[in-house]
Amino acid sequence: MKIFRNILDSVKPNFEKGGKLEKYYPAYDAFETFLFVPGHTANTGAHIRDAIDLKRTMVTVILAMVPALLFGIWNTGYQHFLALGQPDATFLEMITFGAIKVLPIVVVSYAVGLGVEFIFGIINGHSINEGFLVTGMLIPLCLPVGIPLWMVAVATLFAVVIGKEVFGGTGMNIINVALTARAFLFFAYPTLMSGDKVWIDTTLASGETMADGYTGATLLAQSTESATTYVNAAGVQYTDIFSSAFMGTIPGSIGETSTLAILLGAALLIYTGIASWRIILSGVVGAFVMGLIFNAFAVNPFMEVPAINQLVFGGFAFGIVFMATDPVTASQTNRGKWIYGFLIGIFSIMIRVFNPAYPEGVMLAILFMNIMAPLIDHYVIQGNISKRLKRVKVAA
Amino acid sequence: MSETAEAKVKEPLFSKKNKKLLTDPLNDDNPITIQVLGICSALAITVQVKQAFVMSVSVLAVMIFSNLIVSLIRNLIPSRVRIIVQLVIVAALVILVDQILKAFVYDVSKQLSVFVGLIITNCIIMGRLEAFALANKPFPSILDAIGNAAGYAWILIVVAIFREFFGSGKLWGFQIIPQSFYEFGYFNNGLMILPPMALITVGIIIWVQRSRNTKLIESN
Repeated sequence: MKIFRNILDSVKPNFEKGGKLEKYYPAYDAFETFLFVPGHTANTGAHIRDAIDLKRTMVTVILAMVPALLFGIWNTGYQHFLALGQPDATFLEMITFGAIKVLPIVVVSYAVGLGVEFIFGIINGHSINEGFLVTGMLIPLCLPVGIPLWMVAVATLFAVVIGKEVFGGTGMNIINVALTARAFLFFAYPTLMSGDKVWIDTTLASGETMADGYTGATLLAQSTESATTYVNAAGVQYTDIFSSAFMGTIPGSIGETSTLAILLGAALLIYTGIASWRIILSGVVGAFVMGLIFNAFAVNPFMEVPAINQLVFGGFAFGIVFMATDPVTASQTNRGKWIYGFLIGIFSIMIRVFNPAYPEGVMLAILFMNIMAPLIDHYVIQGNISKRLKRVKVAA
Repeated sequence: MSETAEAKVKEPLFSKKNKKLLTDPLNDDNPITIQVLGICSALAITVQVKQAFVMSVSVLAVMIFSNLIVSLIRNLIPSRVRIIVQLVIVAALVILVDQILKAFVYDVSKQLSVFVGLIITNCIIMGRLEAFALANKPFPSILDAIGNAAGYAWILIVVAIFREFFGSGKLWGFQIIPQSFYEFGYFNNGLMILPPMALITVGIIIWVQRSRNTKLIESN
């Protein structure tokens, strides 16, 4: 730690007022506050003393995403070798293959996103904060593994500039930045974001062939055909579909397949109070209720999918835990959070079932509810005001 | 055309004031980016440069003649029925333009479809008739029409260039991005074809314009 302090102190004069790199002070400030607790304190107005700050919040969320990331890396390798008909590949081989495929996406996402943050920070002269740290991890986790790196870069650029910086930077955005990136890719390059070719990396080395009956379709895509028969990448039928989907040994976006890994993250977020348990709980209830309603009618195979399976298929769990709970874009009031989460659950399953072209409804549901969140808050607050006014009148 | 002659006598043909009529709408008072009018057609027909160009020329023609005619008869129009009179004039001109397009550029006319007819409801035209032609002489009215139509046109064409280039790799229907790029793994951006991206592109133009021209920034 002493080394960093010394380096920072030695270059500091260059960045201070009058120094030759004065313009780049925000960049220096970003590094200094990232490594050390800033030495300056607020000197006006009331402020809250709390051990938690933006940086610590963001780091906690990243820690919560680590299980999903690690599982995603393993699953990328597992699905790859399964598709090649070599399910006996060693654990290390799977991890290595997954890491080679997944880590570049993470690196590109962080490099581009932080680059944009630094440029805007320097142009506008405001301090660079840690807002992108979580987004930069969410973007790779919600993409299919076959996505070209340049598309990740373009989408990150678009999401950070149009989704966040135009609104004034971290904390001012009205829609979730990572989902903006995903939605951008989904509509711009649909062939690489959906279908049954993109979820499993099937690059073949010489001498390798696909397994007989190979399929790369996700469970959601298979659900449109049948509610009961699912086959894995090697074409073998799943023995227990719920536990496979819960554990995450299924094709899908990098970080969303394992509901178990996501639940570990959710536990940490709820325990530390960073994510709202109200949103997560009401979202799950909403999705389950909608699943039950569809089961009651069940006119096509997709509607027959058991409501409990709807919760573990696709990106629903990932979206509701990591994206719907984004404190900036969610509802702020407690009652608003119940409504917000519940409607996300309802809409996710509704979009998923009614529109087979968009099997992943949770993305659109969250973006839609992000936009509705201020409206919900407005009516919750107005309702509270009128309730209290009535009480005053009765007393008088 | 006696009034044009009068204008000549009173002030030079391109006085400072008249020049301002021509240049203001291009930047400081742009009908799309500053007044935010005519957005509907800007979003709908900017997928290809060719469509955007034909649309711009059509709007230019309709604006010049409607501004001229309304300005010529401005003292004869009873103010209580002025809107309907303006509508009749604009509608007649739009039908003329529509017929000409159908006769000479049939394929573009088919692509533009209903949007040629909808020039009637283009707020820029009605706005200029109401705000300018009804109270000014024919020559300044023509300049005002040209200025505003050009302001409309350049935004439309710039947006269309971006959308056609990134959306389908073409400009004016010709392939610009070489085939080797696609073989290398390049993909056309499907979002550029969809209307939301036109709105975002217009938004970016507004952003660039306002950061270059600081007097447009509203203080709050």
